[in-house]
Amino acid sequence: MLILTCPYCGVAAEETELAPGGEAHLKRAGSTASDAEFESYMFARENPRGVHFERWRHAYGCGKWFLAARCTETLEVFGTYKAQCTEPSTEIVGRIKARRPGWEGRA
Amino acid sequence: MSTRLATGGPLIDRDQPVEFSFNGKRLRGFVGDTLASALLANDQMLVGRSFKYHRPRGLLASGAEEPNALFNLGSGGTFEPNARATQTPLSNGLRAVSQNHWPSLDWDIGAVNASMARFLPAGFYYKTFMHPRPFWKHVFEPIIRRSAGLGRAPKAQDADRYEQVYAFCDKLIAGGGVAGLQAALTAARAGERIILFEQAGHWGGRAPVDGAEVDGMPAAEWVAEAVAALTAMPNVTIRLNACVTGVYDHGYVLASERISGVVRERLWRIRAAQVIAATGAIERPLAFAGNDLPGVMLASAVRDYIVNWAVSPGDRTVVVTNNDDAYRSAIALVKAGLSVPAILDARPDVGGQLPEAARALGIRVEAGKGVAKVKGGKRVTGVSVCLQAGEGTVVEEIACDAVAMSGGWSPVVHLWSHCGGKLVWDEAQAIFRPDPRSPPTGHDGEAFVTCVGAASGDLGNADEAPMTPVWMMPQGAGAKLRAKMWLDYQNDVKVSDVQLAAREGYESVEHAKRYTTLGMATDQGKTSNINGLAILSNALDQAIPKVGTTTFRPPYTPVTIGTLAGEARGDVFQPLRRTPMHDWHEAHGAHWEPVGHWRRPYCYLRDGEGIEQAVQREVNNTRQRLGLLDASTLGKIMVKGPDAGRLLDMLYTNMMSTLPVGKCRYGLMCNENGFLMDDGVVARLSEDSFLCHTTSGGADRIHAWMEDWLQCEWWDWKVYTANLTEQFAQVAVVGPNARKLLEKLGGMDISREALPFMGWAEGQLGGFRVRIFRISFSGELSFEVAVPAGEGRAFWESLVEAGQEFGVMPYGTEALHIMRAEKGFIMIGDETDGTVTPQDLGLGWAISKKKDDYLGKRGQARGFLTDPDRWRLVGLETLDGSVIPEGAYAVAEGRNGNGQRNTEGRVTSTYHSPTLGRGIAMGLIRRGPDRMGETVTFPKIGGGEVKARIVSPIFFDPEGKKQDV
Amino acid sequence: MSEPVLASASAEGFARVEEICPQGMIAFRGDLEASEVRRALEEVTGLKIPKQRGILLDGERGLGWMSPDEVLILLPYADVPSALSTLQDRLSGAHHLAVDVSDARAVFRISGKRAREVLAKLAPVDLSPGCLGPGELRRTRVAQVAAAFWIDETGAITLICFRSVARYVSDLLMLSANQGTEIGLYEA
Repeated sequence: MLILTCPYCGVAAEETELAPGGEAHLKRAGSTASDAEFESYMFARENPRGVHFERWRHAYGCGKWFLAARCTETLEVFGTYKAQCTEPSTEIVGRIKARRPGWEGRA
Repeated sequence: MSTRLATGGPLIDRDQPVEFSFNGKRLRGFVGDTLASALLANDQMLVGRSFKYHRPRGLLASGAEEPNALFNLGSGGTFEPNARATQTPLSNGLRAVSQNHWPSLDWDIGAVNASMARFLPAGFYYKTFMHPRPFWKHVFEPIIRRSAGLGRAPKAQDADRYEQVYAFCDKLIAGGGVAGLQAALTAARAGERIILFEQAGHWGGRAPVDGAEVDGMPAAEWVAEAVAALTAMPNVTIRLNACVTGVYDHGYVLASERISGVVRERLWRIRAAQVIAATGAIERPLAFAGNDLPGVMLASAVRDYIVNWAVSPGDRTVVVTNNDDAYRSAIALVKAGLSVPAILDARPDVGGQLPEAARALGIRVEAGKGVAKVKGGKRVTGVSVCLQAGEGTVVEEIACDAVAMSGGWSPVVHLWSHCGGKLVWDEAQAIFRPDPRSPPTGHDGEAFVTCVGAASGDLGNADEAPMTPVWMMPQGAGAKLRAKMWLDYQNDVKVSDVQLAAREGYESVEHAKRYTTLGMATDQGKTSNINGLAILSNALDQAIPKVGTTTFRPPYTPVTIGTLAGEARGDVFQPLRRTPMHDWHEAHGAHWEPVGHWRRPYCYLRDGEGIEQAVQREVNNTRQRLGLLDASTLGKIMVKGPDAGRLLDMLYTNMMSTLPVGKCRYGLMCNENGFLMDDGVVARLSEDSFLCHTTSGGADRIHAWMEDWLQCEWWDWKVYTANLTEQFAQVAVVGPNARKLLEKLGGMDISREALPFMGWAEGQLGGFRVRIFRISFSGELSFEVAVPAGEGRAFWESLVEAGQEFGVMPYGTEALHIMRAEKGFIMIGDETDGTVTPQDLGLGWAISKKKDDYLGKRGQARGFLTDPDRWRLVGLETLDGSVIPEGAYAVAEGRNGNGQRNTEGRVTSTYHSPTLGRGIAMGLIRRGPDRMGETVTFPKIGGGEVKARIVSPIFFDPEGKKQDV
Repeated sequence: MSEPVLASASAEGFARVEEICPQGMIAFRGDLEASEVRRALEEVTGLKIPKQRGILLDGERGLGWMSPDEVLILLPYADVPSALSTLQDRLSGAHHLAVDVSDARAVFRISGKRAREVLAKLAPVDLSPGCLGPGELRRTRVAQVAAAFWIDETGAITLICFRSVARYVSDLLMLSANQGTEIGLYEA
């Protein structure tokens, strides 16, 4: 059972305090989107073996959504960060690269 | 005979006798005994029948690895199946019954299976499925159903209590032997928070029994000092009878503690920064013919029973081994005054300290020898000796009543392996040991489990002569002997079964396990895994590490379901949400309906009334006079800020930003797929604030949905939300007399002019602080009145009292549903199922054409959702007035590829309408609204059909005159 | 209103569990960094904005940190309306939300030297004094429902849950406090 640290309230919360929210950094396709854009937004997901970015909500805690970068294979957590961004910060990316030298960034 | 020795046994208290019963027989033991040691002390060597062949079985071990001595304990509410006698502390009045025998343990009819053994080979269970087919149903299944399983399932509700506790530590140490105690002392002295759990009822593990010395002290003394030191430290929590059952991701550890008291067992849910597995090692049996007869025991167990509990397993014990350690058992037997006729050592050369010590005691040591066969029926009577290097020719017969065997030791690596720690094969010791290069890793990617002591592969025998792997005894045994060599006692798996599986192509160790059942059931192969693996690798002619082990999965030993459930039973099985008026409903005949975790009255039963009658009465009374509905469960979410209207325009399909202050508007919410997910009335409280009502049970979900968009997509919008669902009690006052009742309470102008339909107002009503919404879900004149929750009960009671003269009656959810169906109002979850759009439901009027975007707009533009052939909402009026069965499908011409009748629609809501006196329904029908007046057919389960005419879904008061008065 | 949610909810086990009379509570969301917000909250409570996860208490008033944009104002039940109007006055130009949530909640008090152990059976939180001391407001779950609690200098715990589950939480706390089920982990 995972422990993720909520970047808003600082609690190292166990998974039962959290609600999962799927892949992070999806770009919303609004009413004018093409079929391909909408399909990608709605249905296409990474599902990698390795580095992954996810949405989590501290549902039983402060109620905030946050993002986590972790390895789906070893469950190593590279970092958690606030949700108000469109891509992981250079700090997070740096930490991932330090731990996973071969990793080439988000697909 | 096994018996209690006259002296010794540090774990028992001879001053405290205990009486217990076994299969109805009254027996005596002492405080400190386990059920196993007490049975042995009473010469009860036969403890059960084996799973498949019903062979007589005795105690094999003295700890968690015991495969045979599983009992049904207790009765009624405290009945427990599959309890291991070796881990059951003896207590006064304990009632133990052996399992898997009929009619009695001594004379068991199932033992005929043994003579049928050649018809029950590996995988026989699977084979019965295949051939001949009719045999499964008529022959195999009835027999298997009768004889399968170990213990009986309890029938009575568990009378015991269980609980859980969350604990946190720097180091969790599993195992209270010397290695575990040493690790605990080191860490505790460094100031770390320590939890140390030992599964047995005593500290020290094997060391005191083996007569070891620690730091120059006798082990027993050292252990006592270590435990005393740890107990005195405030940063240390130590427990006996507490088994660490599993290690999970990110340092999560489960342990089950047996307590005798108010609570029977406690589940520890531990977060440990580091886990230290000091779990020791388990001795392996040797595979020789008849190695399962009662009286054949692990050599270490023989020693444990003699030293710890002063119980002798037999007067004459033959020791058979491939290593030095078993000599300790021989020495312990002789020192206890018992006879060891011979030590049969499979190794060709025997020398060194322990063998010499044995010889010095006059024990005969036979090198290069083994057991060809154990003699006896329900009890060992002797062994036939053979050369280990040969094929089993008997060179000597030795009479004995017990056999102590040792095939070497396997480190207990379960806790290392649960979370992905890898193992490495150690050829010299013939063991799998933890590979420190591939540890389980935690949240930081670093190792979080360490093995110490024997669990690490350090068996502490560096100064002894090396063991020699012996996977079969004798090494050239023929088929007849191999069919009597047990590997897995609990599942009755023999050497011949594993060899057969290999021949039949089960080459993967995981497949062979399932096919033969080797290593399954409650002991999970603690004594059989390595031996079975070695046989498989020989049969496949592959090296053992190449074949590999099966996966070690938690729990290490079984955990009762009660412990896992913890406190969550009975009244607190799950949270039950109660409205402020809950107790009133309860006292007035509420028949409850679960709505999410809420309980809502389905109807209120009066004396002599059935449910259906009550519902009809409630509908009629509300339509004709006055009804009250507890609507407190409706979600109420405050949305406030300069961008509140902008947010709601995105969340709802219709335009909310244009709603005037003081007004209400019905709105629909869709997900991005375009499917309807919630609906409700929105009231504009002020220029920058709205109160959004959601469905009952939908409040938390919708609030989270709003916050998701605000936090993750439109974080620059200035909007705050607050879920106020529980702040207010809400009552729907419904019916022609509704206004009269509220006017009687007085305090506000609620005339049609002052508070028109779809308006709201705030004020005082009968002394209560209220907000009144003029909305209707029934088609009647209706006021939904919200008061602070703490005043809900009093407000409800004042409505009931004041309403008497107007014929007031409370009504429940079923009357609510019928009245809304009579009006053609949809219900989320009835008309919708996650694949239905507002357009399907004829709610196009609630979808704004002016907005550039809203959640779901793009999804709804997809071709298959705009297809005119989609099933769309209509009313259904049965031709004969009957009620269409719930869930019925309308059939169309022809059949589909599976030969089933084609369908063209389904019923979504169906009721008997008391107002109209006949069956009404709503349904989704292909091109429904274009087919008004046509007839569709609904077959009924069990034959017959109902025909219904497609009509408007609004059955009652289509002009809406009644609600707008 | 000055009635507790439950008719009679108190029990003496190895710790004492009781529901305490309604507590006035205002949920406040806004920019906690803004000086006008800080001033307005101080006017209503007499307290500064607490640090992350902090709670400041002064007699019947308190201010608890709920999230980076939310605080919980504790005050006498009867003072809620005036406090709300003060906030509205002082913050008319500032984007914020302040709502009465007093009736939406139930409040329990768990006292006794092993009070922490009652909660240790229900919440996945490290309750050791070194990890959760006085002055911290912890939001988490208690068994299957959301809750928030803090521990005062005497080791007594104040726990807030939603009103609809007051009976569930009360039953759980009392069960956990049963005499004879002490764990031996924490002693105040």
